[in-house]
Amino acid sequence: MASTQNIGSKRLVVGAHYGWKDFLAQRMTAVILVVYTVVLLAGLLAMPAFTYENWKALFSFTVIGLPLGQILATLAFMSLAWHAWIGVRDIWMDYVKPAGIRLLLQVLTILWLVGSVVYFAQILWRL
Amino acid sequence: MSDSAAKPRPQFRNISVPQILSYRLPLAGKVSILHRVSGALLFLCLPLVILPLFAMSVASEAGFAAMATVLANPVVKLVLLVLLWGYLHHFCAGIRYLVLDLHIGLEKASAQKSAGVVLGVSLALTVVFGLKLFGAW
Repeated sequence: MASTQNIGSKRLVVGAHYGWKDFLAQRMTAVILVVYTVVLLAGLLAMPAFTYENWKALFSFTVIGLPLGQILATLAFMSLAWHAWIGVRDIWMDYVKPAGIRLLLQVLTILWLVGSVVYFAQILWRL
Repeated sequence: MSDSAAKPRPQFRNISVPQILSYRLPLAGKVSILHRVSGALLFLCLPLVILPLFAMSVASEAGFAAMATVLANPVVKLVLLVLLWGYLHHFCAGIRYLVLDLHIGLEKASAQKSAGVVLGVSLALTVVFGLKLFGAW
């Protein structure tokens, strides 16, 4: 690897790690979402009856007084928002070339996602 | 620095809109673009469709009961069916990418095969959940 890096006057000088952190975050948030999906699915399958109380408990169950259902859902949703940010930002970077429009779309994406997180938190923590 | 700046960076132009339909993609390419399309769809519908329905279903006993009325609307059913496919495709294709990232199944033949499996499994699961949604079982 090191031998192929042309260090010298021909070396392309750019910053490092621009993509790597996002690549890794996208994968790790994906794994978290897969796990949470399986947890929810298991909860649904284990449900004795599909009633309001049971459905609500899926997101608001407590373990020794700790609001574990809400904590797990919040963590999963924050992973979702982070994951979606990387994915949607990649779409803008691939298809939208003018810097101004791209920046505008990226800002709107952040507002859209932060708004969603707040909306979800408001629904969830009222339970 | 001046050396690298003088070297033109490669430019890759996007294909134009009328070309999209006639553009022939291998199975893995179809899975890839559908992964992107389904992700964008879920992103757009999250605060518009998914969260309002979720809010209604968990907020109160009455809201939970009213879901049946909302779900009786065929337009809502159709939207949910599309979102259901979107989630399932994104889920299955995502797992395929995680496995590929571990350098498993990178050979052309097995990658082609796993792409077909992703398309098939996500469509089959959509049919199963869709039948549930439309009240077949």
